[in-house]
Amino acid sequence: MSFKFTEENINKINEITTHYPDKQPAVMAALYIGQEQNGWVSYEVMEEVASVLEMKPEDVLGITTFYTMYHQKPAGKYHLQVCTNVSCMLRGGYKIYEHVKDKLGIDNGQVTDDKMFSLEEVECMGSCGTAPMIAVNEDYYENLDIQQIDQILESLKNK
Amino acid sequence: MMEKIVLPEIKDLHLIDVYIQNNGYTAVKKAYSQTPDDLIDQVKKSGLRGRGGAAFSAGLKWSFMPKTTNKKKYLCINGDESEPGSFKDRQIFEFNPHQLIEGILITAYAIQVDAAYVYIRGEYHKWIKLFEKALADAYTYGFVGDKMKEKLGGNYSVNIYVHKGAGAYICGEESALMNSLEGKRGYPRVKPPFPAQNGLWGCPTTINNVETITNVPAIINKGWEWFSKIGEPKHPGTILYGLSGHVNKPGVYELPSGTLLTDLIYNYGGGVPGNKKILCVIPGGSSMPPLRGDQLEGVKMDAESLKAVGTSIGTGGIIVMDEDTDLVKVLARIAKFYYHESCGQCTPCREGTGWLLKLLNRISRGEGSTHDLDLLISVASNIEGNTICALGEAAAWPVRYMVTRFRDYFEKRVSREVTIPVANKVHSMRGTAIPLAPIKD
Repeated sequence: MSFKFTEENINKINEITTHYPDKQPAVMAALYIGQEQNGWVSYEVMEEVASVLEMKPEDVLGITTFYTMYHQKPAGKYHLQVCTNVSCMLRGGYKIYEHVKDKLGIDNGQVTDDKMFSLEEVECMGSCGTAPMIAVNEDYYENLDIQQIDQILESLKNK
Repeated sequence: MMEKIVLPEIKDLHLIDVYIQNNGYTAVKKAYSQTPDDLIDQVKKSGLRGRGGAAFSAGLKWSFMPKTTNKKKYLCINGDESEPGSFKDRQIFEFNPHQLIEGILITAYAIQVDAAYVYIRGEYHKWIKLFEKALADAYTYGFVGDKMKEKLGGNYSVNIYVHKGAGAYICGEESALMNSLEGKRGYPRVKPPFPAQNGLWGCPTTINNVETITNVPAIINKGWEWFSKIGEPKHPGTILYGLSGHVNKPGVYELPSGTLLTDLIYNYGGGVPGNKKILCVIPGGSSMPPLRGDQLEGVKMDAESLKAVGTSIGTGGIIVMDEDTDLVKVLARIAKFYYHESCGQCTPCREGTGWLLKLLNRISRGEGSTHDLDLLISVASNIEGNTICALGEAAAWPVRYMVTRFRDYFEKRVSREVTIPVANKVHSMRGTAIPLAPIKD
């Protein structure tokens, strides 16, 4: 299954390359764009990124695997990220994490059968002062308790 | 009430019109009427020190940039903020982005670059959008880019670009940040050469923290003398202290440097929930040496004062733990973080962080021995100083200092009976024939 960027996305990437003296620095942005278009960063996405930016595919693979925010397998429609680092931990981050695990019946890095939710235990998200937190795709939910988690999950299910 | 420099309490200050009404973009005009050397000199005299962890003099850093070179020069703003306990830069992106932009404009002129990159961690989608909106407005108003020449007079212009990270803590290390910006794996580089000689794409580069740069417009507008008189003379200005963990009112507090740690916790943070005693405080983000609850009296929050009590200001992220905290679990969690974030370049860090985590997990399961405590310190000491970047220290310090300063606490959690560790067993078996396990297919 091959992957091609849409024309709109190609234009976006080309615009980003003008920010830098050469094309390679746009690779991080291009991978994000590929992830958005394809849902996850497959080998085909990496090959397409490499060909657009005139890079070696293995270099693109190296970058994809170095950074944690590129999904190397399909994630759920709602990718849940729970921080359990110190500040969150002290304010119940693990309780939230365990609760989400129980509620959805999945472990770290897994996706629910209906492909709605995937779960990731993440490192500090910069919500220490508003801990504990959960990020759903790009949105932060902060100052949480178990009840609020249930409400968030319910509202996502019904969206 | 102390005046706030970085996060003034003005409604809607993030909007460009409100910022302009409040004297915004006047410092840049003032700056551009002076020579770059004058500006560097003023910032040097102001005593402004980096807010990203190392507390290095910002003006001095700028002065390292070569004056004559046929290479391009670059400015990088470090907004990768990922240190556990630190959450200050996001406040700047949200509430005062234009002062950051103005600071970048002045800094860029002072070191004579025509391109500046703001590296923001990928998780901060919301704050990247907020900052990009502010930047787009600044472009429209002609404060940034080609239109600057008309708007601000003179013959100087600079472009500002946002570069989004993708979830690697190590990219907050300046040389890793540069590699990441170049579109590579975020591996720290060997220093020297330092960025001012050999930075982005081999060109002279200056890297400053978001908070540091946001201070610059105020220094130019109100003068270095004014700034140098705020707080502690050796580390002047205000600092964004991030208070988290077991406090009633966690959050970011902008206060003069040298504010008492106990003042921050009890007056501003509203004390510890349930009036519990404090067991431990990490004063500058998770990589800094922790202090015992009985070491807090009279401790001032600035670089020199904290150095004197055996810790460091770091990013000013204060994590408070009450008496019921399980320190072993906390330390194991910190170790897990550095194990996860080690980039894997240097053997001591790549392997050592894993050993620290394994040992701490063993103690946390109740299977540790007193020998493990010494082993922890030994492993930590072998990471420290033996790595390319400071992540080695960041991983080693919390372990070494926590185990040393809370020795009694940790001894209670381990068995006095010293079982011979596996490592020793293997060692004693050297030279003896070990039967090989049959190979299964």
